[in-house]
Amino acid sequence: MFNFKHANKSIDLIEQFLTLIDQGSLIFKDGVKNYLQGNRENFEDNLKTLSNLSSEANIKKRELENVLYTQSLMPQLRGDILELFDKLNNIIDLAKSNLFEFDLEVPFIPSELNQDLTKLTELSVFSIDSLIHAARAYLRNPESVKEQLHRVYLYENEADKLAASIKRRVFQDMPQLKLSEKFHLRYFTLHIEILSDVAQQAADLLSIMAIKRTI
Amino acid sequence: MVLVLFIISSGLFLGWLLGTNDTVSLFGTSISSKNINLEKAAFISGFFIILGAIFQGRGTTASIHGLGNIFEPAIAFSIALCAAIVVLILIKVKLPVSTSQAIVGGIIGWSIFTQGGIDFHLLFKIVSAWILAPVIGIILSAILFVLVRWLMRRSHIHVITLNSYLRIALILVISLAAFGLGANNIGNVIGVFSNFSPNMFIDFGFFSIDGLQILFLLGGISIASGIFTYKWRSNGTSEGILSLTPEAAIVVLLSQALVLFMFSSSWLAGIFVSAGLPPFPLVPVSSTQIVVGAVIGIGIIKGAREIEFKTLAGIGLGWIIAPSGTGLLTYSVLFVFQRFFDFPLVNKPLSISSGQSKFNDFLDHLYTINMVLPGIIILSATFILVFIYLFFRQQKLRLKVEKDMLIQQNQLYQSQKAINELEMKTIWMENEALNVKLQVKRKEFIDVALNINEQRIFLEKISSGINQIDKISEQEGRSEKLKELSLLIKQKMSFSHEKKEFYLQIEDIHKDFHMKLKTTFPNLTDLEKRLAGLLRLNLSTKEISSLLNISSKSVEVARYRLKKKLSLQKDKSLIDFINNL
Repeated sequence: MFNFKHANKSIDLIEQFLTLIDQGSLIFKDGVKNYLQGNRENFEDNLKTLSNLSSEANIKKRELENVLYTQSLMPQLRGDILELFDKLNNIIDLAKSNLFEFDLEVPFIPSELNQDLTKLTELSVFSIDSLIHAARAYLRNPESVKEQLHRVYLYENEADKLAASIKRRVFQDMPQLKLSEKFHLRYFTLHIEILSDVAQQAADLLSIMAIKRTI
Repeated sequence: MVLVLFIISSGLFLGWLLGTNDTVSLFGTSISSKNINLEKAAFISGFFIILGAIFQGRGTTASIHGLGNIFEPAIAFSIALCAAIVVLILIKVKLPVSTSQAIVGGIIGWSIFTQGGIDFHLLFKIVSAWILAPVIGIILSAILFVLVRWLMRRSHIHVITLNSYLRIALILVISLAAFGLGANNIGNVIGVFSNFSPNMFIDFGFFSIDGLQILFLLGGISIASGIFTYKWRSNGTSEGILSLTPEAAIVVLLSQALVLFMFSSSWLAGIFVSAGLPPFPLVPVSSTQIVVGAVIGIGIIKGAREIEFKTLAGIGLGWIIAPSGTGLLTYSVLFVFQRFFDFPLVNKPLSISSGQSKFNDFLDHLYTINMVLPGIIILSATFILVFIYLFFRQQKLRLKVEKDMLIQQNQLYQSQKAINELEMKTIWMENEALNVKLQVKRKEFIDVALNINEQRIFLEKISSGINQIDKISEQEGRSEKLKELSLLIKQKMSFSHEKKEFYLQIEDIHKDFHMKLKTTFPNLTDLEKRLAGLLRLNLSTKEISSLLNISSKSVEVARYRLKKKLSLQKDKSLIDFINNL
């Protein structure tokens, strides 16, 4: 009935899971940077690490589901919390598959776009980072979730603007590129930008969850 | 004892109804928070209700007894039965009803009928307690909720740990509220039967119970059985009860427990009196109405209205119907008793002297049962059984978790196996494609080799022909040989073999296109099919004319005929049609 052992185990699992997502986003950023700089070997290392982190996060999430349900922990909140973790897991899965796309399709990226794409990656990763901070705040101090969430929305907004500007540059100011290359660049800009969009979706859910806990 | 059981049976029925009716207020909020299951809550509540009834039930029972000192068993039986019937009807029509209001109404009905004196001072105390209890519930719950929320905000405890603490707190407050309910509401069940307690004294060693407490025990059991009946009736669901967060459920239950304690603890009343303050009257109050008050208190703090005015109106209606209905029913029953059975009905006021003489009489005929040894045996057996149950439950849980983990691992293994199979299939398909490519390349190499050989033979033929011409001196023979050579070169220039190969390759690459062309337009000639194939390759008219060894004009004519055979309108492009086929 009063199983603190399982409660502590769940807390550890949640912490490990959130750390994995955090690490995954940082590795993604590093991977894109290495690709843009042409460090193929480092990029492949990043890809391998991200793939491992993603499968580890999957295992942790399933383990957490198991503990929360079998030990009847947080019956009112667990549905929402597991949905949030599902969304967070989706972020690392998406980051992994996006890096895989870079590896498979090897898009040609003109060097003048390197800076913008690096910044776009950083903005997306910042939004994920803020989301993880907000998720941690929800677990201990739901009142402070709002403070963290507005950062997610800000970074997502900035990422959207930058992505639009990159696409505009590609299609309007780079006549030397073939149409297929332009399409390819648009596609990869979207790949990076979408991470912040998914972070925003998770932030929406977290915002409702925080309201539910504070009323 | 059997006679006593028979007399109090209507009271036990009322107790059972109280159990089914007040269950929702007792642990409905905690069930709705999903932190404790109905079975556990029912067990804990039942146990603590019995404890509360036995050890704290005297105060409120004395108040009910003071309002109506009934010496006739049939009258007491009738009053309790009338109250039970009214409560049952109000439960059926889904009106919030209080058993204390019903029983007080019954006693008043009896007092009016017998024209006996009603203790208006006590009645005023009881009625004011009914109003005061929910009001205190509102204030207490509001204060407690603010306090709990402040504590939760300040503590920054992890949500899972917090949930574990809340679960423990819920069980504690359910126990407290159940104890309070037992202590406070046992007066409703047993109050009118106070004069019929058996002359018995049971000694359990570390505690003992007298005859009145035996009645309390029976009344407590009837309330607990009501709770278990609710459990079975609701089939383990929390349907129709308020939905609250665990912390709100704790506040509601704690407020309920405190209010019930205030109105049933003689100890607290003593403290108030010694401090020179007016004590809370020890009267039975409605736990349902306290819960409603507590929820309203939380709603006020949250700034939201959790209870609709319809519910409040229902409570008000219950306040009127329950006492007046029971009073009328009791009056009517007693009227029938007197008129048709000539039953003597008198109301004897409660006097200390009669109470004293009864007590002395009770002491004279006291029948003592020593329960020390059986008590120890029963207690030890209970401990052992509980230990065995908990041990096996733990084992069962552990096995369940292990089984779940194994199932999950198996699922993971299966999905990984499926992924591996998929990867193997992809690799196999890639190998197949590479094999086909290799075969084509090999064929191409053979063709190139054969071609080189053929060219070499042809050039040798030309060379020997030239040598022969060089040796021929006659003009006629020379020109004839030259003609032969020219013919040979022209034949070679038609590239019949290479062209055939070329067309075959085109057909092979665009297999689907040629198949569709053949089936959709079966009347096309070979030349037209070939032309369609070359057009699909986006070759110009000039290129097609050289490949087909015809003039550009002939290609234009052939294109026109093909367009006609494909039934294309003039404005439609032949190339677009072929490319989209």
